[in-house]
Amino acid sequence: MPIQRLKGVLRILLLIAVFLGGVWSQSSGVIDDFRFYLPDVQYLTVQHLWLTAVSGGLAILVAIPLGIALSRPSMVRFAESAMQVLNVGTTIPTLAVLALSMSFLGIGTVPAVFGLFVATLLPIARNTYAGLKGVSPALMEAAAGIGMSPTQRLLKVELPNALYVIFAGIRTALTINVGTVPLAFLIGAGGLGELIFTGIDLYDPVMMLAGAIPTALLAIVVDALVSTTAFVVVPRGVNPSRA
Amino acid sequence: MIRLDNLTKVFDTPKGPVTAADHITMEVPSGEICILLGPSGCGKTTTLKMVNRIIRPTSGKVFINGEDTTGLDTQDLRRSIGYVIQQIGLFPNMTIEENITVVPRLLGWDKARYQERARELMRMIALEPDAFLKRYPSELSGGQQQRIGVARALAADPPVMLMDEPFGAIDPINRAVIQDEFLKMQQALKKTIMFVSHDIDEAIKMGDRVAVFREGRLVQYSTPDDLLAAPRNAFVESFLGEDRALKRLNLVKVREVVSDEIGTVRPGDTLEQALARIDDFGYQNSILMVNDKHQPVGLITRALARTTKGYCRDHFQNVPATVTLEDDLRKVASLMFAQDTTWLPCVDDEGRVCGQITQRAMTHHLGSRFRPTQEDDTPIPDAATRE
Repeated sequence: MPIQRLKGVLRILLLIAVFLGGVWSQSSGVIDDFRFYLPDVQYLTVQHLWLTAVSGGLAILVAIPLGIALSRPSMVRFAESAMQVLNVGTTIPTLAVLALSMSFLGIGTVPAVFGLFVATLLPIARNTYAGLKGVSPALMEAAAGIGMSPTQRLLKVELPNALYVIFAGIRTALTINVGTVPLAFLIGAGGLGELIFTGIDLYDPVMMLAGAIPTALLAIVVDALVSTTAFVVVPRGVNPSRA
Repeated sequence: MIRLDNLTKVFDTPKGPVTAADHITMEVPSGEICILLGPSGCGKTTTLKMVNRIIRPTSGKVFINGEDTTGLDTQDLRRSIGYVIQQIGLFPNMTIEENITVVPRLLGWDKARYQERARELMRMIALEPDAFLKRYPSELSGGQQQRIGVARALAADPPVMLMDEPFGAIDPINRAVIQDEFLKMQQALKKTIMFVSHDIDEAIKMGDRVAVFREGRLVQYSTPDDLLAAPRNAFVESFLGEDRALKRLNLVKVREVVSDEIGTVRPGDTLEQALARIDDFGYQNSILMVNDKHQPVGLITRALARTTKGYCRDHFQNVPATVTLEDDLRKVASLMFAQDTTWLPCVDDEGRVCGQITQRAMTHHLGSRFRPTQEDDTPIPDAATRE
């Protein structure tokens, strides 16, 4: 009972705090300041999402086939070394990747997309590979033993059973991607980083937050979208969240 | 029919070539279950998996129903052979229905046909179709999963089945139930089955024939009864265990040992008459009393008949137990031990006494097969031993 009461009190305190926050932001004019940036936020959010979509989409298109290829029995000799290269690649900071790609591809959208693509590729390829390798050998033997061709085994047994792990990789990768896009502003690709970095440089917290808050919201929305997709797409029998 | 002709597998290992199966030649007649038996690493699983090319033979041939399978496409070959593995290997991403119908779908059956087949199979393995078809393997118990595994192997009605320790991962109680169910299905289906096991009791229960392997070689190939009665060498003998004569009790039915000569008395007979009959038949302890329908109703003991006067109907003891013609000797022996008796009356379907079974007759029946022990005296059908 005391815990119940404490919860009630906390909820009321929270409501009061939100109300006071609203009162303060209204009276100090912060809300109006934010509204001043609204058109910028709209334009930059579209740009931001476009960068994420292109770099993330390309990464998915390349990483999944790459993971599949590395998990084939014929690739066994190269797979582990290739995964090592990818792992080392993951340790390079995204900012450094962006700087490197700028020095080769110049300024603008192309080097930014390329840098983001490289950073997003790794978690997806790694999870695809690990997911496929994690399919139980007994399942593979059953699939072979009843007469499935290697392609049928991949499509009907391996991929469906690895799908949950693959989606976990996509989810991590895309969420990081959305959070990394602001850096793309530094090499001239736009996005919500424009408000954040300019805000920092001008010591304008409102401008900075006008970039940071939508970025955070976007990351949450993308994460929720991917997990919803996984919930729907991954078959019920191998989907822990639908067990 | 499955025929293996000099089937050999040599694995290349870092320590040099290892022969896992050495010129295995054997034949499983149509409609029979052949158990491949032996300790681990003896080549039984390798031999089984060479039939559907999960393991590629180094040399030798496999014939199925007289046809050399060497030239067949691997996928086509496998689709025509039912395959059950110990780990069950149901696809967790598919429903039970999808799992069962996977081979028919690979073969391109139309939807109505494979759906009807799934329901038919579910009824065959005694699982309610409506309750189970739309569920996923993870929602079933181990025993239910393996039943589905067997149903999946039977789906396209293959003439031949390979089973790799199919019931090995199931608890003993469920295993016995599934074994019985499977034997009942097999009586109707008459598949030709190769079945790997390391359990001698399972082999004797399930097998029409048993092939014993050791270090890649086929040591003995015979019926379970021949195997237990005449093990070919010391290895087979030790593998079968010191109680192999007792294991044969499972294989022999009362029908084979029963003697229809049995003396009885009626309730209306006097004890004096009973004593005379006991002596006439040479019984040691007692004689059976039957009613008008020839059903056993009591026992008159010798001690009582000698010391008391009167009618049988007033001085009988209860019959300890009866056996039927279809019981196996293991049950009979168990009843005899439990009741401290050396004979039991045997009754037919209507409960009428039709004979008796004695300990002496049982030991005689079992012992007669052990007596001719000369090594190559016993015929070993189709065996190609290379000792």
